[in-house]
Amino acid sequence: MNPFRYERAQSGAAAIAAAQHDGDARFVAGGTNILDLMKIHVEAPSLLVDINRLPLSKIELRGDSVHIGALARLNDVAAHPVVRQAFPMVAIALEQSASPQLRNMASMGGNLLQRTRCAYFRDVAAPCNKRAPGSGCGAIGGENRMEAILGTSERCIATHASDVAVPLVALDAVVNVAGPQGSRSIVLSDFYRLPGATPHLETVLVHGELITGLSVPVLPFGARSTYLKVRDRAQYEFALGSAAVALDIEGGTIRQARLALGGVGTVPWRPRAAEHDLTGAPATRTAFEGAAEAALTGARGYGMNDFKIALAKRTLVRALEMVAA
Amino acid sequence: MSQPVLGAPLDRVEGPGKVTGRIAYTADNDIPGMVHAVVVESTIANGRIAAIDESAARSAPGVIAIMTPRNAPRVDARKVDANDSLLFLLQGDAVEFDRQPVAVAIAETFEQATYAARLVRVRYDVRPPTTALASGERFLPDQIFGKPAQHKRGMPEDAFARAAVTLKQTYRTPTEHHNPMETHATIAQWTGDRLTIYDATQWVFGVQHRLAATFGIDPKAIRVVAPFVGGAFGCKGQTWSHVPLAAMAARLAGRPVKLVVTRPQMFGWVGHRPQTEQVVGLGAARDGTLAAVTHDVLSETSMSDEFVEPSVVFSRDLYAVPNYAMSDTLSRLNISKPTYQRGPGESTGSFAMESAMDELSYALGIDPLELRLRNYSANDPDSGKPYSSKRLRECYAAAAAQFGWSARNPKVRSTSRGRMLVGSGMATASRATHRSPCTVRMRMNADGNVLVQCGTIEQGTGTPTVYPQLAAEILEIPPERVRFEFGNTDLPAAPIAAGSQTSGSVGSAVVVAARRMRELLVSHDGKPPADGFEVELEDSPPPEEAEHATQAFGAHFAEVEVDPDLGTVRVTRFVGAFDGGRILNAKTARSQMLGGIVWGISMALFEDTRYDARSGRIMNANLSEYLVPTNADIPDVEVILIAGDDPFANPAGAKGIGEVGICGSAAAVANAVYHATGIRIRDLPITPDKLIR
Repeated sequence: MNPFRYERAQSGAAAIAAAQHDGDARFVAGGTNILDLMKIHVEAPSLLVDINRLPLSKIELRGDSVHIGALARLNDVAAHPVVRQAFPMVAIALEQSASPQLRNMASMGGNLLQRTRCAYFRDVAAPCNKRAPGSGCGAIGGENRMEAILGTSERCIATHASDVAVPLVALDAVVNVAGPQGSRSIVLSDFYRLPGATPHLETVLVHGELITGLSVPVLPFGARSTYLKVRDRAQYEFALGSAAVALDIEGGTIRQARLALGGVGTVPWRPRAAEHDLTGAPATRTAFEGAAEAALTGARGYGMNDFKIALAKRTLVRALEMVAA
Repeated sequence: MSQPVLGAPLDRVEGPGKVTGRIAYTADNDIPGMVHAVVVESTIANGRIAAIDESAARSAPGVIAIMTPRNAPRVDARKVDANDSLLFLLQGDAVEFDRQPVAVAIAETFEQATYAARLVRVRYDVRPPTTALASGERFLPDQIFGKPAQHKRGMPEDAFARAAVTLKQTYRTPTEHHNPMETHATIAQWTGDRLTIYDATQWVFGVQHRLAATFGIDPKAIRVVAPFVGGAFGCKGQTWSHVPLAAMAARLAGRPVKLVVTRPQMFGWVGHRPQTEQVVGLGAARDGTLAAVTHDVLSETSMSDEFVEPSVVFSRDLYAVPNYAMSDTLSRLNISKPTYQRGPGESTGSFAMESAMDELSYALGIDPLELRLRNYSANDPDSGKPYSSKRLRECYAAAAAQFGWSARNPKVRSTSRGRMLVGSGMATASRATHRSPCTVRMRMNADGNVLVQCGTIEQGTGTPTVYPQLAAEILEIPPERVRFEFGNTDLPAAPIAAGSQTSGSVGSAVVVAARRMRELLVSHDGKPPADGFEVELEDSPPPEEAEHATQAFGAHFAEVEVDPDLGTVRVTRFVGAFDGGRILNAKTARSQMLGGIVWGISMALFEDTRYDARSGRIMNANLSEYLVPTNADIPDVEVILIAGDDPFANPAGAKGIGEVGICGSAAAVANAVYHATGIRIRDLPITPDKLIR
């Protein structure tokens, strides 16, 4: 990796100030992604601001929301009784992420900013509009079996890699951010940007802004939820397709549904039309299949990943059946 | 003696040192004054180096030299024999595959060398590469292991045309990279014109020989040490480019140099299993008796070498088939030279042949196991020679009983467990045993303790445990009184530790030496003299050994669960039974079989090196996207060893056991997937996208 400076921030304000003064600065928490990207030269920050000393690790119920500190480690969140009780799909998504070793290091704030595993993004010898704007998209017309089918553009088809962001999008989680201009809160589905013509811009964060935590509104039917992840091997692998599902069912009729898809979108994908279709529908396979069709509206395959369209539908149907059972 | 020593599942004497990290592998060694070299590899697969700008790299901290084609010492990169290959030693500007060495950064620390390597700017004149098997220039190689590339016995065309039932299918296996846990590493030190090399290799004498030719010096001036090897599986069998590059860097720097190959570079110049396209034809009578088998293989090789994946060996040497035809065609591609990977030939060939046999069993309505038994061959069907021993029938019976094969519903897609479709499949394992001359020196001291010396290596197979065990059995002393010294060129010459030949070669030499030592002991009334005894001998296979065909056999039975909607496959049970002749240590032998089966499951479901067809670049050169199984992917695997003597194989009575476990195991999984789903996957790996089409 390139030589870089390293500073350990003693306060959130100090961290933000340090980053603000260096346009090539990055925050580091667990380091499971940024260090990896530095070793393969995709990232070359001049300064790493270590935020691990900041008091941002708490997980607690605050009023109607579960607050998860940005530095809470994935395994600690997955094991937390409030999380497990309120939204099992969050705990399951975390448990199906990475490996136990990585989950002990990786932070929740960092996971939301996890970069894509697209092979072209990760190979500095390959073209990639996300890494090197204007260089082209290697994945289109290339090895694209793992790439996205939803939210793509002619500039980028890279899949969003996070598992936990999928149920969090379904739950309308709010990202709490502190920055040079003060603090703000952003609903997670507004936090991510579609690639469009600017795939290098992945979130609405501006330089120097620091995620301090997440507020996840308690969903009355959140306990009736699951996360289903389909992948080539049983563990330690990114999703070919995944679905987060929470259902409020009474007397065989769906009163409300929350859905999100992973492994198929350029961002964690919230199929609101499918949620709408399920509202008031009977909890039957036919209704689920209809919702899955609606959820994949606009999906586009790029050759090797064509199968993901069918797989995503089947994954969503299966997850709906699991929750309805 | 109260307990038999031979075959006992003794713990590895090297085990505690390995698990506690006390044992040093090549890269763990440091030499005073040593500096570090990092290879800069090409990012194109075809073309020429137009210019290299190393100015930024040269002025980076700690940098001693940047070695490029401009300043690299002139050496001889040509191959020394048919098994060797052209090396890429910065002697020219041609680039013929992705990740070919194009420069080497040498610096005081590994980190500084890594950074400097990054700063070397290489500009290329790029030409379009060819990496698709179908697109390469095709040719028949001159020979495959001394045999012609086309061969037949009987009248295969007539027999095929007249057969009651025929089947012809194409099977494909992808490029697969070895990826042993220890990456390649070399330390090179010049002392005047003498060279000392630490290397992760399967053959210290091979490295010595190759470097002598490369540098034009006497092999005796080169000492090669392979302390411990952290897995190899064939990729450390030949001397690849980084070994002489380390020595060249040491010469340029005037300092000892350590060069460690990175994980992404493991997909570069250090060999891989070539992709194959295999057409198998079976002609049979209604009762399943095979009348004709044809096996035509297309496999890839590099631009500058011929490597043949001998997949045909499996179909040629197993079943009682009177009429047989084979061919091996090569396709020249912009790839690095393929090489041997665990079970070369039989691993890929068994997938095709045992899948085809499974297809035939369903076509005929004959149980897959019964079909194999109906074509059981008492003799090697190609040479007509008797087998040195063959307990394949016992393997079938033991594994089938343990698996519960007879309770299986023969109909496809007939069994389910909850939502999951359940299927079971089987396949035969077969792998030739080789043997080469080997020299050992055995010394018994006055106190009765024994030292055995042999320049073989330890790559995880249990060398320091098993050979003392073998000597102790013959000398009738406890194995802990025998010490085995190995791993450098000062020791008596051993053959390459590959091709399932080490037990037969080193083991036989140890047996012959121990027998002679025992005679000496008897002639001295059981007591060694004050200065001890020493025996040194070269043991070579006598001509009469060629009167028998020596092959290890086995039977694989796999159960899978397939999600019919999502296409995911999980192997839920696996039973393998093996005939490896005399078993020297039941524990290390079992580990060999387990490893082979796990790799077979991996071959069936996961491994697949992916080239971008436009750039020729490997797009999954890491262990995140190049999938190997996790523990969660592997069920309980039951290994049954059908042990028994083999009086004709070699003095050790041992057939090769290092590779037979992978031969056929991928086919057993594929056959189980077919039984579960009714979907026949003929191109590996079997991934969800292929099952939900």
